[in-house]
This record gives sequence, structure tokens and C-alpha cells, in this order.
Amino acid sequence: MSGGALKEAAVDLLDDYAARIDDDRLEAWLDLFAEDCCYRIVPRENHDQDLPLPIMLCPNKNVLRDRIVSLRHANKYNLHYDRHIISGVRVRPEGDGARIEANFVVYQTSLEGESQLFAVGRYRDRVRAEGGTLVFVDKLVILDSFAVPHLIATPL
Amino acid sequence: MPEHATVGHNRQGVPAVHWPRNDYSRIPYWLYRDRAVYELEQQRIFKGPLWLYVGLEAEIPKPGDFRTAWLGDTPVIFDRDAQGKVHVVVNRCAHRGALVRREVRGNAAEHICIYHRWCYGLDGGLLGLPFRRGLKGQGGMPPEFDMAQHGLERLAVATYQGVIFASFREDAEPLETYLGGVITRHLDRLFGKPIRVLGYHRQVIDGNWKLYLENTRDTYHGSLLHDFQSTFGLSRATQTGGVSMDERHRHNLTWAKVGTDDDAEFGKIYKENKVHDSSLRLLDPGMVQFRREFPEGISLAICSIFPNLTVHQISNSLATRQVRTRGPGRFEIFWTYFGYEADDEDMRQHRLLQSNLAGPAGLVSMEDGEAIEITHRAVMAEADACSVIEMGGNGPIASLMHRITDVPVRGFWSYYAELMGFAPEDAIR
Repeated sequence: MSGGALKEAAVDLLDDYAARIDDDRLEAWLDLFAEDCCYRIVPRENHDQDLPLPIMLCPNKNVLRDRIVSLRHANKYNLHYDRHIISGVRVRPEGDGARIEANFVVYQTSLEGESQLFAVGRYRDRVRAEGGTLVFVDKLVILDSFAVPHLIATPL
Repeated sequence: MPEHATVGHNRQGVPAVHWPRNDYSRIPYWLYRDRAVYELEQQRIFKGPLWLYVGLEAEIPKPGDFRTAWLGDTPVIFDRDAQGKVHVVVNRCAHRGALVRREVRGNAAEHICIYHRWCYGLDGGLLGLPFRRGLKGQGGMPPEFDMAQHGLERLAVATYQGVIFASFREDAEPLETYLGGVITRHLDRLFGKPIRVLGYHRQVIDGNWKLYLENTRDTYHGSLLHDFQSTFGLSRATQTGGVSMDERHRHNLTWAKVGTDDDAEFGKIYKENKVHDSSLRLLDPGMVQFRREFPEGISLAICSIFPNLTVHQISNSLATRQVRTRGPGRFEIFWTYFGYEADDEDMRQHRLLQSNLAGPAGLVSMEDGEAIEITHRAVMAEADACSVIEMGGNGPIASLMHRITDVPVRGFWSYYAELMGFAPEDAIR
């Protein structure tokens, strides 16, 4: 892929990622990850201190699938809508893929229509081309807003 | 026929509580939202004759290491001095009241307020202040100003197995007596070998802090609210377990042992009670695998220590939780996760994987945030309605060899009422 095409593909991937969470299509969201993926949400205070503790850790795709199954069938959480805003996307080619960095914010809206800023942070991702499209191999969500309001159920 | 309490303050504006029952099986909802009650709690509980959880010695291993924390609404610094001694001081300048330390952590030889640069030692003593003698013979502090009288406010400090507690009162009973044998034995179990801090979680919940203290003492919600536990076999009410309290019923240890029930019995009982009937299985069972690291085989232990500490063991996930109040309608849970120095890399990874179980995104704890918020929202308007706490029986408060109970919640309220001066004359303790 050329530099421009790679950047376009990376932005498409992030937009797809956001849309599938925001539309509550979490099973389809799983399709954006490679089988050997790792998904982590890490509080910025831990990240900055080199402390390993994540808020959410899925070191392979099965754990990620289990998360979604649990959300659908076992967990109870605040009923809400999500809205992701992603900006400042930077892409650097690497091997058969790329590294992506981007800022994100997530607003949550209650079933009674009240919106609140829920999360702020940045993505540090590693992606690779698979079947003509990019997939996440490693997704690190560094959470600036690590004093989490309410709870985190849906992925960021 | 519902029983009612009456919301009330006496002529001085001090809350006066009418309890419909003397065994704390009815809790008036207005106690969760009343500003005067909250302010009294700050004085009589968070500055009361008891011990508050501050942090862990392992968080400040070296001389000069410090961290900041909150005890109720009061900001504190805890640090280790050059001799290795741990101090806990109020993080408020003795001059004009500014926060002295604004960082969460660090290492320093002294604490200096940015406002007028008053400088304090690690023990809180005032070391110096600019222009004390004035400038060119003018200004300065009065000659009788006594540095020794103007340090940071010092708290009494006691540690047990590396767990740091502090008290605003000199007349608090000795820490070990305050904790009691049930709790000290449990802390021996968890902190009896060198620990390693793995990191922190924070969660801010829109609800009254007492709802969380009730939550960690109400053991029967576990297998009903937290479906992950029962669905995937981590903790089920059919397992061998129980609740143990100290003599005064202010603390509680809820415990259970995995592998002590059988699947068929569990399925039958949960189906009869219409809880759920699930055949779901995890694709990656590591999340619910208990590595038997404690000899007695306890796989779940929620230890609630009055008023601001819970220590959890959920399978191999270990953490302390500090409850920090933020007004009547909000509190923060500050979680410190740990493993042991002796853990190998595989065990460390296992603990990190199981950190998924707790915290704000915890597969078996996210529901607590929601349960507290929906309770707080629904009781805000109530003047005289009460909650009903009778599971496990009413009347006397005692430890039990099962977990279908919220008796420890009544224990919490009995000590709370005593400290607050709210207890009825014939109160059951």
C-alpha cells in the first residue's frame, strides 16, 4: 500500500471500529481483530508508572469473544448509547502493516437522552493487512480519564 | 403494611433518627442523601475514634517516598522518612490551608507549599518559611511565633502486616483490637509475605458511600446480581462458605470455596429459584481458573473493614479498595492491586488476566456501580420510607456458615448508629 492508501485504510478501520461499537454491533466489531490479537485498556496513571495493571485485558481473541458473550448474557450495566469521536490519526508503516496512533473521546447518552463525556484517551495500535483489509493485532487504549465514571461495560 | 421512619433534625439542625426497629432491619432512605448527616459522618466517623485505611507500605518502599490519599473528605500525605518510619499528615498547609502536595506520588526530602513556600519535613513538622525574620528589618513573623505549633496536622499511625491505618484520634483503641481476630488472621493470610503492587483502578459512582459499604457486606447479592460468577462457576451460593464478623459486627469477611458444590445440584437449585439456567461456557477458561495459592482453599474472600476499606480476593485477583467520599451523592473507589514478590511471570500474567474480574470494568463487579446508582436515584425523594434487611433473619446479629444473608449489613448499621449518636436505647448490637 502507498502512504496515502495506508492512511486511508487506517482511518477506515478506526471509523468502522467506532461505528460497530456505537451501533451495538459488538459481534461484528470482533471481526476487526486478528486471531492472535491483544486488546487492552490501561489507566494512564498505571501506564506512566510502568505498572502493568489494565482495566480490561484480552490477551487473545477468545478472551475478547468471552467479554462480548458475558456482556450479552451475564453482565448488567447502565443502559446507554455510545458515541466515539476519533481524531489526530497518525499512521506509520511497519512490516506487513502499520502502527496507528489516534485520540478518542466517548460520549455516553442515557435512555432519557442525557449525554455525558464518558472517556478521553488515545489509541496505540498495531494493524496488519489480512485479506485485502486491515485488522487489529494489538490495540492499546490508554485512558486519560482513568477515574472512571459509573462503570465500563462496552469497549472503548 | 410498610413501616416508616421520619426524616428529622432537631432544633439545632442535628439529625435525629427514628428507627422503626431496634435491630437495624429497617434503614430510613433519607440517611443516604441528607447533607447534615453527611457532615456529621465526616466528624464522627472519618475523624472518629477508629482506624482508617491509608495505603500499603509497599507503595512507599524507599525513604522520601510519598503518596497522597483521601480519608473521607480530608486530603492526606503518607510517606516514609529517612529512618524508615511511616507518617500520615493532613495535606493542608498550616498557613492558609492550601494543598501542600498536588502530585499523587513522588520522592522528596520535604513537602513545600507552592503558595508561600512554607516547608515541612516528612513527619509534617514545619522546617522553615521565607521572610520569617522579615526583609531588611521590616515585616516577618512575630518573635513569639512557635514553629513547633504550626506543622501539618499529624495522624496517629499503626500498620498491620504492611497495611497502613491512621486515626485522627489519640483515644482510638489499639489497631489489632479494633480489627479483631477474624480480620487480623485474614490480613496475615493475604499480607504475610512480601507483596508487589501491580497498579490501580479508580471508579467514581453517583451514590452515597454507605450504599457501597452495605454492598460489600451483603453476601447474597453476589450470585444473583453478578451473573458472571454463577454462570461460569466462579462463585455460587451452593458452595461451602460463610460470613464472619468481629465481635462488634463492624467488619465482615465473606468467604467461599470453589469446587465444594456439584453442577447438578447448582443447576437444580438455581432453576427452582428462577435465577437462571445457562449452559454458557468460556472459550478461554483461564479467567475462572483458581490457582490454589492458600492452604485452606478459600477462592473468594471479600473482607470489609469499617469504615473505608475492602480487601478482595476473587480467585487469584487481590486488591485493596479505599472508599473516598465526595459529598452525599458521590464516592470514589480506589483499588490497589497486588501480587507477591515471589510470583513467577506466569502467575503475574494470571493475576493480570483475572484483574478483568474486578474494578470499573470487572466482569463480576461492574454491576455494583449500577446497583448503587439505581438505588441512589430511586430513594432520593423519600422522606420516610425504609429498606428491608431481613435475609438471614432479624434480631441478634451473628456470624453464619452460609451466604444467603444480609445480616452483616445490620452489623454495619449498628456500629454506624453508635458512632453517630443515632442508636436507639434498646439497640441490638
